[in-house]
Amino acid sequence: MIRIENLHVEIDGKEILKGLDLTLEPGKVHAIMGPNGSGKSTLSYVLAGHESYTVTAGSVSYEGKNLLDMEPEERAALGVFLAFQYPVEIPGVQMSNFLRTAVNAVRRLRDEQELDALAFLKLAREKMKALGVQEDMLKRPVNVGASGGEKKRNEVLQMAMLEPRFAVLDETDSGLDIDALKIVAEGVNQLRNPERTFLVITHYQRLLDYIRPDIVHVLAQGRIVKTGGPELAQQLEAEGYAAFTGEQAA
Amino acid sequence: MSISEDTIRQVETIGSKYSAGFVTDIESDKAPKGLNEDIIRFISAKKSEPEWLLEWRLKAFSHWLDMPEPDWAKLDFPPLDYQDYYYYAAPKTQDRPKSLDEVDPKLLETYEKLGIPLREQEILAGVAVDAVFDSVSVATTFRKTLEESGVIFCPISEAVQKHPDLIRKYMGSVVPFHDNKHACLNSAVFTDGSFVYVPEGVRCPMELSTYFRINELNTGQFERTLIVADKGAYVSYLEGCTAPMRDENQLHAAVVELIALDDAEIKYSTVQNWYPGDENGKGGIYNFVTKRGICAGRRSKISWTQVETGSAITWKYPSCILKGDESIGEFYSVAITNNYQQADTGTKMTHIGRNTKSRIISKGIAAGHSDSTYRGQVKIMPKAEGARNFTQCDSLLIGDLCGAHTVPYIESRNPKAQLEHEATTSKIAEDQLFYCRQRGLSQEEAVALIVNGFCREVLQKLPMEFAVEAQKLVGISLEGSVG
Repeated sequence: MIRIENLHVEIDGKEILKGLDLTLEPGKVHAIMGPNGSGKSTLSYVLAGHESYTVTAGSVSYEGKNLLDMEPEERAALGVFLAFQYPVEIPGVQMSNFLRTAVNAVRRLRDEQELDALAFLKLAREKMKALGVQEDMLKRPVNVGASGGEKKRNEVLQMAMLEPRFAVLDETDSGLDIDALKIVAEGVNQLRNPERTFLVITHYQRLLDYIRPDIVHVLAQGRIVKTGGPELAQQLEAEGYAAFTGEQAA
Repeated sequence: MSISEDTIRQVETIGSKYSAGFVTDIESDKAPKGLNEDIIRFISAKKSEPEWLLEWRLKAFSHWLDMPEPDWAKLDFPPLDYQDYYYYAAPKTQDRPKSLDEVDPKLLETYEKLGIPLREQEILAGVAVDAVFDSVSVATTFRKTLEESGVIFCPISEAVQKHPDLIRKYMGSVVPFHDNKHACLNSAVFTDGSFVYVPEGVRCPMELSTYFRINELNTGQFERTLIVADKGAYVSYLEGCTAPMRDENQLHAAVVELIALDDAEIKYSTVQNWYPGDENGKGGIYNFVTKRGICAGRRSKISWTQVETGSAITWKYPSCILKGDESIGEFYSVAITNNYQQADTGTKMTHIGRNTKSRIISKGIAAGHSDSTYRGQVKIMPKAEGARNFTQCDSLLIGDLCGAHTVPYIESRNPKAQLEHEATTSKIAEDQLFYCRQRGLSQEEAVALIVNGFCREVLQKLPMEFAVEAQKLVGISLEGSVG
């Protein structure tokens, strides 16, 4: 259970989130839809603990703990995962090395035994096979020279390896063609289970055709302005965000 | 695989046989502080050196007296008081810690992180151990294998006695005693070091590295290394030590000379992690090293790989003289500075022969208040038809109080030579750190991972057994640099 209350966040002195309230239920897929500049990415960064964002008021409680007090890596250890809108390139670092370091860092923080090279490889191969990721991905430097689709698939692979309890997908559909989108969505769907909460952030309804949400929220001007079922996404697609932003549709 | 406990045990047994030799001799003698002709005569006499070598030392000394110190490096330190150093000092057994309990816990923590076996920790920390690990005893373990292949590998002082012709022919032939003030000092007072000769057509059957950690302990201050690869020979040599060593010597001035004849190849790797001084820049080694190799023969190759993370001051330019036609020189370098460390390092590639090639890859990482400078010279002589050079210098800054500088000198006297130079400077990106931390890595793990990626091209050139430790070392050297 994740409970966000009256969250106010600013970056460079500008307030982006202006009293956001949101409750996420365990095992459910929540979608947040909103126009550009509504604060979608800010929300995902704040949940993951990015230091550029300043929380000026409000709270985020995650399984009874105060999430905002924790370092990003502590949140990761507790099962918070962010699939980045723009996955970051790390030249010279092999994906296998990165992934194993991450898996073991998280395992260490969770007081679990670290995986040796062999056990890691076995697990990685299993997950890659299930997600249809090419094995040579492990040998490539992290996100360097990868296509948009590869990067996003890579994020899903990391998610599968780290087995989060709360996964935030930040505009996972951006920069993907329809085929890549289907593959990524299929990967995400495989990872749905009753213990895992998803927060799918998107501008377009398109992604939600493939990752079917249980609950849809509309984010506008730094606040959740409406919550409903999957049909809300359809309505937004048809009518646009204008009704929520008080502006004329472009 | 790094040095195993088995090896150490082996060495111990052999070491005990030699305990009355070399080392005990030193212990009974100590030269007073300061430098003069008498000290040099004393050193030479201690080693029962032939007359010609004493003369050579004295010539170097008289030259040294009038020689100015090199002042072109971007290094800032108070003038050296040469009369305040010991030039022939025995290991101070009495001052040594009796057990690891007496050793600085910070040092031990580092050993732990590097995964160094306990027994070896004792040696590195200078604990007075029962068996004495000097170069003579350790070399014996490996000498048999090497002897069978005809390779000579011994302390240079021993080579002076046993192989005087080779020493006379080659010592000072690449780095003449008057080369620079530091090399000149070394020529006058060098106490030991290594000599390697690989005969014609022989591929040295092992990395000459496995035990070097121990070997170098007390010969470090003014060591002198000479490696000769005869026609068609191959040797890979690794000097250094991935763990920081307890060392009271502040001034180090080493000389390394490499000679590769026709079709020979020498690969020389260094991992240097001498004491860098504390967080406030107090203490630390001044490391002034002259390293140069000559590709004397056709199609010969010399390759320098260095990982420099230690020392308060590093002044070091491993270089290649590409004299033989079609010879190849390579320089791969990682230099990491943190806190108040200063490194001015690079290479010189002098193309003399036809179709000679050189390749320079330098990765400088600066953190804290440190300063890291790449200084390199590529020189193409008029007869070097078809010469080619590729240089790439990348700098990575961590924080905004450090500095990275790239100073390339390029001189081409042959219009057909091809030279390429690429340089980049970047900062470690916040986004990269955040991405790693979101995946569960701590800030320090993230920095280590990103910096290792940045240096990968160079670290890959290290012999396998040291690559892993070098990777860990990268992380350890940068601890506390972020956040």
